[in-house]
Amino acid sequence: MKKSIALLVMIALLATGFVGCKKEDQVVLNVYNWGDYIDDSIFDTFETETGIKINYETFATNEEMYTKLKKGGTQYDVAIPSDYMIEKMIKEEMLEKIDLSKIPNFSNIDDQYKNLAFDPKNEYSVPYFWGTVGIIYNTNLISEDIDSWDALWDEKYSGMFTMVDSQRDSIMVALKKLGYSMNTKEVAHLEEAKQLLIEQKPLVLAYVGDNVKDMLISEETAMAVVWSGEASTVIQDYDYFKYVLPKEGSNKWFDNIVIPKGAKNIEAAHQFIDFLCRGDIGFKNADYVGYSTCNNETLKLIDPALIDTTYAYPKAEWTSNFEIFLDPGDFVKEYDRIWTEIKAN
Amino acid sequence: MLRKIASSSYLVWSFLFIIIPILMIGFLSFTSSEGSVNTGFSFDNYKRFMEPIYLKVLLRSVEIAFKATLICFLVGYPMAMILAKMDSKIRNLAVMLFVVPMWMNFLLRTYAWMTILGKNGILNKFLSLFHIAPMTFLYSEGAVLLGMVYNFLPFMVLPIYTVLTKMDKSLIEAAEDLGGNKGTVFRKIIFPLSLPGVVSGFSMVFMPAVSTFVITNLLSGGQYMLVGNLIEQQFLAVNDWHFGSAISMLLMVLILLTMSVMNRLGAGIGEEGSAGLW
Repeated sequence: MKKSIALLVMIALLATGFVGCKKEDQVVLNVYNWGDYIDDSIFDTFETETGIKINYETFATNEEMYTKLKKGGTQYDVAIPSDYMIEKMIKEEMLEKIDLSKIPNFSNIDDQYKNLAFDPKNEYSVPYFWGTVGIIYNTNLISEDIDSWDALWDEKYSGMFTMVDSQRDSIMVALKKLGYSMNTKEVAHLEEAKQLLIEQKPLVLAYVGDNVKDMLISEETAMAVVWSGEASTVIQDYDYFKYVLPKEGSNKWFDNIVIPKGAKNIEAAHQFIDFLCRGDIGFKNADYVGYSTCNNETLKLIDPALIDTTYAYPKAEWTSNFEIFLDPGDFVKEYDRIWTEIKAN
Repeated sequence: MLRKIASSSYLVWSFLFIIIPILMIGFLSFTSSEGSVNTGFSFDNYKRFMEPIYLKVLLRSVEIAFKATLICFLVGYPMAMILAKMDSKIRNLAVMLFVVPMWMNFLLRTYAWMTILGKNGILNKFLSLFHIAPMTFLYSEGAVLLGMVYNFLPFMVLPIYTVLTKMDKSLIEAAEDLGGNKGTVFRKIIFPLSLPGVVSGFSMVFMPAVSTFVITNLLSGGQYMLVGNLIEQQFLAVNDWHFGSAISMLLMVLILLTMSVMNRLGAGIGEEGSAGLW
């Protein structure tokens, strides 16, 4: 009997202890973003300005983010997926509409990034960054001028380069090399791409995610398929790296800010989105992540040396044969199957 | 009364967090879906796993897990003997030192190997002192094997060590009195008596080795696919929870089978079989 009383007392103490720990009514905004894709010092700025605390979590691929949101059990107020994933999430009614009247800084966004095909009226998303996919290489280790995806099938570079550990991006490389659209819905095209990637596998050093920058700098790898912002970060510190936009064409992508369905703090989410669209905050992020801003006010602060570089603000004609990913719909099953087969081989 | 509450809370716990999840995985594995519409009961996921490409992955996983287990045994047995023969004061310290690295996060330890094995890592820096050209250690099967052996070695050493220290020393003395030399005593007395520890070491290393995906992902650079990676990919990258669940079920069956074989082996060896899991 005594024991059970002691137990009860203990439980009671623990319970009150937990209650005591809870801060009163501070709004906590749950943000879900790509790894290494924001300057986290802005969280403090946001908290001092608004009193809203940021709880920040990251994902490595669009698919991972989608799965987590789709299966429920999560409560993110703000997320930053890419173009085709936004299209898919709109179709599947996974996003809240954004009230642009609550985002006065939306006017900072350049018109060319508004109303893109995946969200024709910007009802669900606000542009964050854009960029390309290309090849970065260390000119100390590779003397040849590289301008084509073919380099990634060249025996001479066996074990010297990395691919991206993400199905659409890696399959895209093969499709473009073959001269097909990266949005193809022909199974035969995908099968050809699969064969090509399986052929390439023995030459690949590794399939990597966020750690590619470290691998390049430490010379673990001499060449890599990367997103332009990663190239930008590396090149700005180490000028012997070169980023090329492959002549066969590649992917031009947009990452936009969205509010997933089920968000608890929609008001605060709007505040945060507006905050991200502010010129100075946009600059902090652009400076940190190295991707290209969609924000005119931010662009004014950007180092002019970055304009007209392959990695930051390429001239329009350099990317004329680049494509934007579209949502493949149910055809994604084929991509899934093919990627599994490539990786399992 | 309190006892009843305590035991029933365990029941509730295991029902909620063990039974229900397994049932859910079982359910998922026997269904499939188009988009978000469930298309009902089917064996398709299991049939799909019978394709040569996936069987190859399974075979590869079993093979590498077995290799890792064998190496752990070859390295771990002498280690356990050395530990068991130490003076009891030093011994406790030595065992603790042996376990201390395990207090550190296992991811961190695996990342550490990446910086050791890298092209410009410590190992290659050391080799370059002897003018040996940089070699590629990382992103290979060998690196994965090393990661497994390193991470799971204590699971082999500790059960063997426990059995060895509990062993009745008078049997060894008797054997020596009867004129057995060191080799004979080891072969006829020590090793047979330590088999229960070996058996439990084998299953404790084999199980995590066959299902790991973190070690393979990091040390093979996403190139080398084992069954654990296949499952992870179905859940995280390609969003086919049905197929992923079917593979998980098959893996569970495989592990159960190995365990029962191991247990039978252990039981056949003698009363000491109960020393199973230290």
